[in-house]
Amino acid sequence: MSKRLDSWSECLLAVKNDGDAASFARLFKHFGPRIKSFLMSKGASDSMADEAMQEAMAVVWFKVRLFDPERASASTWIFTIARNKYLDAIRKTNRPEPEEIEWEGEAPPEPAQVLAAAEEADLVKAAINRLPEAQRMIVEKAFFGDLSHSEIAQVTGLPLGTIKSRIRLGLERMKKDLAVLS
Amino acid sequence: MSNSTPVKHHIPDQILMAYSAGNLPEAFSLVVACHLSLCEECRAQAETFDVVGGTMLEGAPTVDVSDDALAATMKLIAAGMPDQTEKPRPVKDAVLPQPLVEYVGGGVDAISWKSLGGGVKHAVLNTDKDATARLLYIPAGREMPDHSHAGLEMTMVLQGAFSDEVDRFARGDVEIGDEELHHTPIAEMGADCICLAVTDAPLKFKGLLPRLAQPFLGI
Repeated sequence: MSKRLDSWSECLLAVKNDGDAASFARLFKHFGPRIKSFLMSKGASDSMADEAMQEAMAVVWFKVRLFDPERASASTWIFTIARNKYLDAIRKTNRPEPEEIEWEGEAPPEPAQVLAAAEEADLVKAAINRLPEAQRMIVEKAFFGDLSHSEIAQVTGLPLGTIKSRIRLGLERMKKDLAVLS
Repeated sequence: MSNSTPVKHHIPDQILMAYSAGNLPEAFSLVVACHLSLCEECRAQAETFDVVGGTMLEGAPTVDVSDDALAATMKLIAAGMPDQTEKPRPVKDAVLPQPLVEYVGGGVDAISWKSLGGGVKHAVLNTDKDATARLLYIPAGREMPDHSHAGLEMTMVLQGAFSDEVDRFARGDVEIGDEELHHTPIAEMGADCICLAVTDAPLKFKGLLPRLAQPFLGI
């Protein structure tokens, strides 16, 4: 099983393990301007977006002990923090989170059975690039823009449903392994 | 998860995408979070949309940040994390998924029901004003007034089951209603039916009497 980490995940791990300020500065230089443009695309003013971006990056520092490169790539993990900051600071609303998964009575999937987060991100990127132009625009506008939920709900046949998630791929691999064994 | 009957009616991809992108009103996010708590398939799909968000962030156009942004952020960090000592999440309930326990302030016994007559009860939850979330209690065998929807309605079954012109819906199942759907849900015999119902516009009732009563019932 080859596991590779992207350089941003390595930066996050350096912040997590050593409190490395230089790695944090690299992350800031890369993600700060992108988080700010994400917030502005959703309607925040320049100054609001700048301030909320700083708060989001501070959350990255504070929560970095929860970062697990097996579960999420750096860009996915930072995106969820930026998204939550948008809801909290710009929309001033709450985001209910699902219950934590507990693997009752059964062992969690072996790490080796689970697709590495970085590989998954590559698959997703490729799938987005394969989308027809009109569909890709909608996905882009949903994430980077203020397409309302009712506008999104009217979208039909979003072919992203064909992207297999990490968990499902993990399960499928396990099934395949079992089939080989039997 | 303890409830092993597989969920049959899922959250459509578009709604999962809007949840991931942060575009849903709080009440719709609540029903999504409840469904994800019971449905591993949709949870996996929702996580995939978070990956889409990460990919979009990675490829985003950049804008200039203020000159002292990094220094200001380091100051925030030095000041320490504001108030966010991880709160333990509240106790589990056999009927309410955890996100709902947080809104109700306890389990199913803690819901402050208001009667709508005929044994039907409801409890409106405190969310932002862009949509309304309410718990509905429908005694087994009872019919809900025939209604249609001006906007989007999502109904998730928490206990018991109901059937309408579309299909049968049991615990974990979500029915999506829009302008097209006129339906008369009937709670199945057996356990009384408890649902989480979320709308972004008032329901329209077909019969005259429920329509007259609507302003008083507040639904």
